[in-house]
Amino acid sequence: MKRTPFLFTRLGWTLLVLCTLGAALLPLLHLALPETHALHVSGYALGLFGKFMCYALAALALDLVWGYTGILSLGHGVFFALGAYAHGMYLMRSIGTEGSYGSRLPDFMVFLDWKDYPWYWAFTEHFAYCMLLVVLVPGLLAFVFGYFAFRSRIKGVYFSIITQAMTYAFMLLFFRNDTGFGGNNGFTDFKRILGFSITAPGTRVALYLATLAALVGALLLCRWIVGSKLGRVLAGVRDGESRLMFIGYNPLSFKLFVWTLSAVLCAIAGALYVPQVGIINPSEMSPANSIEMVIWVAIGGRGTLVGPILGAFAVNGLKSWLTAAFPELWLFALGLLFILVTLFMRKGIVGTLPALLPKAARRKEALQTEEETA
Amino acid sequence: MSMDMVKRAGVDTTHGAILYLEDITVSFDGFRALNNLNLDISVGELRCIIGPNGAGKTTMMDVITGKTRPTSGSAWFGQSHDLAQMTEYAIAHAGIGRKFQRPTVFEQHTVFENLELAMKMDKRVRPTLFARLSLEQEDRIAAIVRQIRLNGAEHRLAGLLSHGQKQWLEIGMLLMQEPQLILLDEPVAGMSDAETARTAELLNELRGKHSIMVVEHDMGFVAEIAQQGKVTVLHEGSVLAEGRMDEVQAHDRVIEVYLGR
Repeated sequence: MKRTPFLFTRLGWTLLVLCTLGAALLPLLHLALPETHALHVSGYALGLFGKFMCYALAALALDLVWGYTGILSLGHGVFFALGAYAHGMYLMRSIGTEGSYGSRLPDFMVFLDWKDYPWYWAFTEHFAYCMLLVVLVPGLLAFVFGYFAFRSRIKGVYFSIITQAMTYAFMLLFFRNDTGFGGNNGFTDFKRILGFSITAPGTRVALYLATLAALVGALLLCRWIVGSKLGRVLAGVRDGESRLMFIGYNPLSFKLFVWTLSAVLCAIAGALYVPQVGIINPSEMSPANSIEMVIWVAIGGRGTLVGPILGAFAVNGLKSWLTAAFPELWLFALGLLFILVTLFMRKGIVGTLPALLPKAARRKEALQTEEETA
Repeated sequence: MSMDMVKRAGVDTTHGAILYLEDITVSFDGFRALNNLNLDISVGELRCIIGPNGAGKTTMMDVITGKTRPTSGSAWFGQSHDLAQMTEYAIAHAGIGRKFQRPTVFEQHTVFENLELAMKMDKRVRPTLFARLSLEQEDRIAAIVRQIRLNGAEHRLAGLLSHGQKQWLEIGMLLMQEPQLILLDEPVAGMSDAETARTAELLNELRGKHSIMVVEHDMGFVAEIAQQGKVTVLHEGSVLAEGRMDEVQAHDRVIEVYLGR
């Protein structure tokens, strides 16, 4: 029997709408209710939730290439960070002359005794141009990298290792002061975005809502793609690339398409992340960060779209709590979690959850799916 | 990446042959898997290729489908397609379909989806993203499903099919591509007697509609489908004998290297 993926069922749609409405309601509770009210949502909680949504978007992007196409990237952090840096350039320019040195240049450039912006900072005072960079720079990098890697038919673990090396190389490059991106301090001390104070509650709510919109939009886009014939070709790349070639598809173009799209989604996540968190530095490109993204996807359930989103929330929620309560335990907990999921929940939370539901509920769901398919 | 390579050009078969292999040699580190092989197949012919293990049967299919490049010699599909210069997917697009020795279907997809993916159409990224099945195309898939005896199993995952059903599904996928030339590598390997008989029936239905090349070990099966057609015996990378099944079976050298027991 053909099984409709959960996200395509009526129940899936209902849950999606409810979750979106619920998430959209949080800022209202933040703005409208007094701080003493039991249902008041603090600015901290809102910021945290916004940050998690950025991570969730990155995890979603990773699921598209790993879960559906079988390409494991251990370097998606580089796309996330490049998106963040591209937006960060605009935010740095918006500081104006309010930096510590009172110069129109960012503090780190004054510190390096630079007299003017280097050429690649040209036009970055324009918001729209920076948004273009957010999409184009990581997109172009992914396209060129992907073209050469896929054309040489580099696959599996070899591809993963190269992506890891790529993000590491970019991290080293951005650590250098003379690269012109603030060295190990990166960009921080942002003051305003599009003229609005970056710390004002209204601005924060707007950023939060923009992130929510991006996440839901990306989820719908990905859902449409994996449900299309192209989605079935992607699964074909994962399950039998040579068969795909012998029935007349060129796997290179399909891999390149999904790889570049994934990189761009990840970059958008980074661009939304930087104004909410208030800092971007090269450590975002460290290999460990990219691996953490893979863990979100694995724990949530790869090849499910919703799973990686849940995974990003679950793991980062745990991280926020553990790093505050028992800071030295976090990496052990993360490692343990990964081992447990690999051993006992190979399909992750979303892939395993239905099996834990009571039998009757499962049967009902199966019946429903059958009706909808028929 | 040349997209125009993918465009399907008509196969020019004005000289009556769909496939010519001329003096093909393939060497791997000095070992000649194919040694000055000459072979041609006519339009609409069903040709059986037999030969002991290591005779070069699979290497020959690899050369025809672009998986292996010949060390020397030329391979032509019709008058106009130089197979030695084409990529695997361009060859598939030009009209050569191949079934592998081990069944290779997409196990995570249903029977229907497997056939849908194989269907002849524009297989570039954008048309694939926006592809919608027309009623006519659905009918075509349904017709192939009946032809390969999988009606009722359309929505079963291919991974759950029996070995024989997977082989038929793969043949169905070939038919969906509407190829002019079909290459079948041991289509009945591992099949039960009943399945083998059904497969022979299926191939006899296809006779004349496509040019077909079958590589097979099972002599009973070859006798069943070769009928009065030509059988080619390969040995050590070149053609040892060619002729009707009974002629080949009576050939001294063939008996010596292959049939003799």
